[in-house]
Amino acid sequence: MRSVASRTSFRRRFVNGLMLGLTYVAAGVATLPLLFVLVYLLAKGVSAVNWSYFTSLPRPPGMGGGGAANAIVGTLVIVAGASVMGVPIGIGAGIYLAERKGAPLAVFVRFLADVLNGLPSIVMGIFAWELVVVPMGHFSALAGALALGAMMIPTVTRTTEEMVRVVPSTLREAALALGYTRWRTSLRIVLPTALAGIVTGVLVALARVAGETAPLLFTAFGNDFWSLSLNQPMNALPLQIFNYAISPYDDWHAQAFAGALVLIALVLIISLLARAATGRGFARASE
Amino acid sequence: MPASEALARARADAADLAAQPARMEVRELNAHFGVVHAVKDVSMPIPEKRVTAVIGPSGCGKSTFLRTLNRMHETVPTARISGTVLLDGQDIYAPAVDPVSVRRHVGMVFQRPTAFPTKSVRGNVAAGLGVLRSVGERVDVDERVEEALRRAALWDEVKDRLDVSALELSGGQQQRLCIARALAMNPGVLLLDEPTASLDPLSTEKVEDLVRQLREDITVVMVTHNMEQAARVSDQTGFFLHGELVELSPTSQLFTRPGDTRTEAYITGRFG
Repeated sequence: MRSVASRTSFRRRFVNGLMLGLTYVAAGVATLPLLFVLVYLLAKGVSAVNWSYFTSLPRPPGMGGGGAANAIVGTLVIVAGASVMGVPIGIGAGIYLAERKGAPLAVFVRFLADVLNGLPSIVMGIFAWELVVVPMGHFSALAGALALGAMMIPTVTRTTEEMVRVVPSTLREAALALGYTRWRTSLRIVLPTALAGIVTGVLVALARVAGETAPLLFTAFGNDFWSLSLNQPMNALPLQIFNYAISPYDDWHAQAFAGALVLIALVLIISLLARAATGRGFARASE
Repeated sequence: MPASEALARARADAADLAAQPARMEVRELNAHFGVVHAVKDVSMPIPEKRVTAVIGPSGCGKSTFLRTLNRMHETVPTARISGTVLLDGQDIYAPAVDPVSVRRHVGMVFQRPTAFPTKSVRGNVAAGLGVLRSVGERVDVDERVEEALRRAALWDEVKDRLDVSALELSGGQQQRLCIARALAMNPGVLLLDEPTASLDPLSTEKVEDLVRQLREDITVVMVTHNMEQAARVSDQTGFFLHGELVELSPTSQLFTRPGDTRTEAYITGRFG
């Protein structure tokens, strides 16, 4: 009896160890792409990241110097514009989905949001091109913000829905029992309680669209000069990276790497903010 | 207490309850959710400035009954209600009546404390006042908050901590905070749904003392699992079983000489 027991136990421990080992390997491999990208970018791009990269405008190839100040500001402006459009719609839709879980329209909207989430980003660019660029007759930052804003909607919607759903129903009842109307309950009680989670969702969506290139190619288009007008073409980091990377000039290639590095840093900062927001939310909830 | 004395007391209580005008009156009330017939043909007067206790085993419909008194039952998707509930002589289920305004007059406190986690102590008590202002009532917030906290016997414990998060209060304090929040609306009737179910004995005692004080100026209906509690704080007690109101008697009578064998079986612990 005893020897049999110890044999199965040895076999089980061996298989267990093997499988555990395989998951370690998988976990290690999963981080490799990011590590390679980071190391490669640092090696190639760090030399081009200097003060003038952040302060000067792009210069023609061969002149040396020059930077991406307009692209950095442009990315911030376009992403801000996208948020102005995408965040209120996403939060509103998310509240609707959470409060009317089973309604046929809610099921339909939830399905559409998931489809929208999987939509190729270039299709979103075509949509914005058709809707804004064609009628206006020229490229504009507005069209780029619209494309990115539409891309933010599904993420914000679904996160808001999840976060609103985990607000205890007893809080809703308590508000209703005080004579709150349904919309007042959602706005004054449920939304603030779910806020930390929603902020995280918004930041995740921001981080995602900040790096999108395809939707900007024929909307914001890019611009070699300063422009803060939403009505005009605007430069953005992903666009400049794209344009410089496909050019034949070495100094532009270096600047493309620098741009990639700055963009990754930007996304990293947004992600860290997102984690900080959630962390504070958990701390407050467990008090 | 000798039997004759108990009898005399029950008679006196019955006379007192009968003399009291009915603040609310329930007539042939039926409530469903889904296919469950939770409240069956219940009729019951709720005398003004008295405490009405509702007891019965789990699932007997007592909480649902309570929730029909401020139209909270219908916030559940599959809920249906028929019958009449009069508040000061007016049917709260009449087509012209807005459920939201009913809830401003009939306050409610739940089984577990439901302090709003993002609001301060003051913010919680004042939470309903914005609703009053939005319908044009003039409200001095600070004054109302202090008054409500005093009535809920919480003022001395929190007066220096009005701006801390409500979640920093103990469970018992949070429950009294919820009572204060309901009282700030100046309701004529207060519904308590097992208000001490999640509290320790000391906090329970405080809430019971509070209910006895509230009786001075408002009408209270309290669902409770705890028969001693019903006996301690209520004037009349209704016993629910399978959705029916088996018996409604002065509390002093129901617990000493129940009028129905099922009531007797329940209060002597033979089931439930």
